Amino acid sequence: MTADRSKDNLDSIARTVRGDLVKLSNSARTPHLGSSLSCADILVVLYWNVLNLTPEKPDLIDRDRFILSKGHAATTLYVVLNRRGYISDDVLKSYAIPGGLLPEHPIYGSAPGIEATSGSLGHGLSLGLGMALSAKINSFSYRVFILLSDGECNEGTVWEAALMAPAQGLDNLVAIVDFNKWQATGKSEEITAIQPLAEKFESFGWSTYEIDGHQTNEISNILNKVPDGSGKPVAVIAHTVKGKGVSFMENDNNWHYRIPNDKEVLNAMRELELA
Amino acid sequence: MRAAFAEEIETIAGLDERVILLSGDIGNRMFDSLKARYPNRFYNCGVAEANMASVAAGLAMCGHRPVTYTITAFNTIRCLEQIRVDICLQNLPVIIVGVGGGLSYASLNATHHALEDIACLRSLPNMTIVCPGDAWEVRAAIRAAFDLDGPVYIRLAKKNEPLVHEDVPDFSIGKGMIIKSGEDICLLNSGSLLPITVDVTRMLADKGVSAQLVNMPTVKPLDVDLLSNIFSQFSHVFTLEEHSVIGGFGSAVAEWLADQKSTKAHLTRIGTDDRFMVEAGDQEYARFFFGITAEQIIEKVSQSLTL
Repeated sequence: MTADRSKDNLDSIARTVRGDLVKLSNSARTPHLGSSLSCADILVVLYWNVLNLTPEKPDLIDRDRFILSKGHAATTLYVVLNRRGYISDDVLKSYAIPGGLLPEHPIYGSAPGIEATSGSLGHGLSLGLGMALSAKINSFSYRVFILLSDGECNEGTVWEAALMAPAQGLDNLVAIVDFNKWQATGKSEEITAIQPLAEKFESFGWSTYEIDGHQTNEISNILNKVPDGSGKPVAVIAHTVKGKGVSFMENDNNWHYRIPNDKEVLNAMRELELA
Repeated sequence: MRAAFAEEIETIAGLDERVILLSGDIGNRMFDSLKARYPNRFYNCGVAEANMASVAAGLAMCGHRPVTYTITAFNTIRCLEQIRVDICLQNLPVIIVGVGGGLSYASLNATHHALEDIACLRSLPNMTIVCPGDAWEVRAAIRAAFDLDGPVYIRLAKKNEPLVHEDVPDFSIGKGMIIKSGEDICLLNSGSLLPITVDVTRMLADKGVSAQLVNMPTVKPLDVDLLSNIFSQFSHVFTLEEHSVIGGFGSAVAEWLADQKSTKAHLTRIGTDDRFMVEAGDQEYARFFFGITAEQIIEKVSQSLTL
């Protein structure tokens, strides 16, 4: 993967990542493909164009942090860390294999670049708050980015953290919601009164933006201006499509749990112009 | 105990700049001095204990030594999920301090009783559990907890408890201490009943029963060497705690005992009954309600000895 940060290159990387995700779901027989595809563009932009990081030195104390709070999209993190040079091909191949380093949700420290354990929803924002607070205490300028799902916003702890972060003036804390409008068993809007989500964060004292979560230049523009001068933590409501990039998976919530067969993998790869 | 904690944590914060105190909206005045001396080392996380536990984990992941402090029931069971996932699973050096262990806040109703906290936290891998018996043990426990590199739960009572020690005792996490030697039976105490257990020991002596008093502040890991000695030396051993008989210190000892090939002693667990107290009542009343006053303990010991 090149260091070219142009939109075309980021889009190209995102397509490659999506191809990896489809193949990995098929080979490892693991679910959550729709959720992994919906956040692919966000992670690609973060890891290629936003995060201040050094893959060969993953523990630098002043690095930017990324927490995948929606841990069920673990494959997106694993594939991106692999493509970015943190995780070797061999380690990635051990994904979900008994005794392998990479379970179906991330485990803190299991491989370089995995900043936190997730899987149980509603933890990442509070963890990230602690990390962002640490930066302030130690006068570091690093930022902490947390990716949440819209279903995750059902969890009360998200709102506990949302209440505390502005009170501490944590302008280095960024909550990105992968708002694909679905959760495991239905439309998120029909399960809780999640909308208007941006206004909720706004009213909690966050500097809030709504973006198209698949437009890499839009994602880059917003995330690269953090801290944004407001003195507030930043909430980015990224409107996304579950299953994005593969037409027969888009907005079909069956792909929360379905695993593609070989023929579906081939069709997906053709759509992604990877086969 | 809480005043001892406040003084001790301020002292330690002065020695180790990694120490951060997080409060769940209590104890504000008690920490005024610490806040004045180290303004960026105290954070009131508000009435949001689950968030506080995870924030502590995040701080620990960045090299700090965070301590969470609030009412025991809320700093343990309320945020058990966050303790399990963020602190224990990630094996981070967060010290969880519960104030009002057992029935210290009895009068505030059963929402404030902490009688199941040890049971819940004891089952979590990586967790160390320490239940100091007086304010001196609180100081010792806090100091020792910072020497560990993993999660520690310290269970405090409230304030003005009688002192058993005269200074900071010789204290190691995972080690029990013989407070008084005896010949006939052994009383194993963990935590806030220690002053009562001392009274019980004396009252038994008046009745002609020589009881050995062993204090075991650490519930996890148990001092199994000491237990082995005790259970081979005595024919009757009693555990005493201000916690449910289900899952607490007595259960931990019973679990250990069940795995031993053979022992001489019979074990009797003394703790709170398996029920809620819904009526009004202060700690003295609540201890009576649950059968753990000195007189009731004497009665239970006597009954057991005549079996």
